Amino acid sequence: MSSTSIKPASQRHLKNHTSIGQTIRNSLTMAYRGLLRIKRTPEQLFDVTFQPIIFTLMFTYIFGGAISGNVINYLPVIIPGILVQTVITTSIVTGVQLREDMDKGVFDRFKSLPIARIAPLAGALLADTIRYTIATVLTLTMGYIMGYQPGGGLGYVALAGVLVIVCSWAISWIFAFFGVIARTASSVQGISMIVLFPLTFLSNAFVPVDTMPGWLQWFVNINPISHLVTAVRDLANHGTVGTDLTISLIGVAVIVAVFAPLTVRAYMRRT
Amino acid sequence: MDNRYGKAGSDQGEWAVEAHGLIKNFGSNRAVDGVDLKVRTGSIYGVLGPNGAGKTTTIRMLATLLRPDGGSARIFGHDVVKESQIVRQLIGVTGQYASVDESLSATENLIIFSRLLGLTRSEARRKASDLLEEFGLTEAASRPLKKFSGGMRRRLDLAASLIAQPPLIFLDEPTTGLDPRTRAQMWDTIHRLVNTGSTVLLTTQYLDEADQLADRIAVIDRGRVVAEGTADELKSSVGSSSLHLRVQDTQDIQEARHIVEQVLQVRSNVSAEAGRITAPMAEADLVTDLLIALRSGGIHLAEISVQKPTLDEVFLTITGEGIQETDSQVSGQSHVTEEVGV
Repeated sequence: MSSTSIKPASQRHLKNHTSIGQTIRNSLTMAYRGLLRIKRTPEQLFDVTFQPIIFTLMFTYIFGGAISGNVINYLPVIIPGILVQTVITTSIVTGVQLREDMDKGVFDRFKSLPIARIAPLAGALLADTIRYTIATVLTLTMGYIMGYQPGGGLGYVALAGVLVIVCSWAISWIFAFFGVIARTASSVQGISMIVLFPLTFLSNAFVPVDTMPGWLQWFVNINPISHLVTAVRDLANHGTVGTDLTISLIGVAVIVAVFAPLTVRAYMRRT
Repeated sequence: MDNRYGKAGSDQGEWAVEAHGLIKNFGSNRAVDGVDLKVRTGSIYGVLGPNGAGKTTTIRMLATLLRPDGGSARIFGHDVVKESQIVRQLIGVTGQYASVDESLSATENLIIFSRLLGLTRSEARRKASDLLEEFGLTEAASRPLKKFSGGMRRRLDLAASLIAQPPLIFLDEPTTGLDPRTRAQMWDTIHRLVNTGSTVLLTTQYLDEADQLADRIAVIDRGRVVAEGTADELKSSVGSSSLHLRVQDTQDIQEARHIVEQVLQVRSNVSAEAGRITAPMAEADLVTDLLIALRSGGIHLAEISVQKPTLDEVFLTITGEGIQETDSQVSGQSHVTEEVGV
């Protein structure tokens, strides 16, 4: 024990709120914890390593001939589509891991520390953008290997990648919310798959919308995933920015504005 | 704002913890049912109770981890609900299950907690190595926690609670599951903590631990404080020392009892099958008279002993009363009483 005596409570400078600066610093520290955890257990990157490689290969060679006549013509359609689908699916894992993480005793300590309440959640979600980055880079690399020549050039492709990562981060708040309210990690996985599977497949990610029945076209056209896929195609294939990008970014803002407070609230109520 | 808080702090400087009528329900189960606690600054306070008595739930409410359903609690004069962020700046919590990150090393854990508490990168690193040194964990500093023993984990956990040098530390069953040697080390650490000016509130199911460490003890059973005081007060509430006699021939027991009650002028307890009589012994001198009376009565003794009341007896006497509804527990308790008596 240090010989210096402890400062009495009455002589301390105390405040009952956390500043924005402290919130950001706390979140970054928690993100650093997330990165350390990934470094310690690299096997948790398995899914983001293999899923992009396998799915990109599979979907391109299975659907390429049927939809676009050949693989090369299909690549500008499928690569943005599969990029969105893969990276967003990866964000489910964020919710699952958060659920597992929260069951551990260390979250009690986080709760008892005078830190911003949102920091443990925001940090975990922020650290997971490294997962989305890996998935993004691998999917695009697979595309290049198979012969994908994006018309927008490297700069716009990178921009498209960043867009997908930002959107996945926003969507991961939804799964984080499930993660906080669910009782077990496997139920998070279950609920999230049920939500995400229809959303990614009932979109324009894999096939042209005009081949679908009318009622389905209606849904596909309002599906936010479709707008994101279109925005990525515009950026990567043509280097253009359209309304779909605006819609995607508004979607990001709305999701975060709704689910971040909801998640923190639910997190605070958990015992 | 700051002024007001500062004033409240100095007004209530004497009490580190003041809880009034704390209540917590889990569904239909009332885990904590109106707990009152007052812990003086600079003392070690023990909360003693069996498993499921509501000790952990009480601590979690005081440590802002759980919101009370009723009642109020103040830490150094700050309300745990309304001023929770202030309370968190004044406390350190060491949970029943080590609240450290299993997937990281000891150093990484301490650095992250230090950074969260606002230390700079280099301060955090220095603090981490200082604490590891202090708690004898330097050698294991970079090992993953999965390879830590229970005692090492507890020590790291306690080290993590001391980063901000909080004036109040909650220790939830700090020695449960530790071997006797590590347990003694933990007791040492707790004593040293208080010497630096900290207040410690600890829970335990071990009576000797409360006896050894705590200045005052609250006995909790079924979510209520059933007794409160210093270890000595609690012991004397059960009575003075007791005299245990065992007669050689169980036929003599009624007569022996009669003599005991007559000479000592107290009521006694008899366990017929064991041939044992237990009586409170207020005046040791009277025992001589008793032994003479017994010999002249022709009653031969197999064994005689004097026992000071242990906290176990206090505990069983106090908590045993409330448990009469469930038969299995009563028989369990009386069985233990007998063993204690022998």
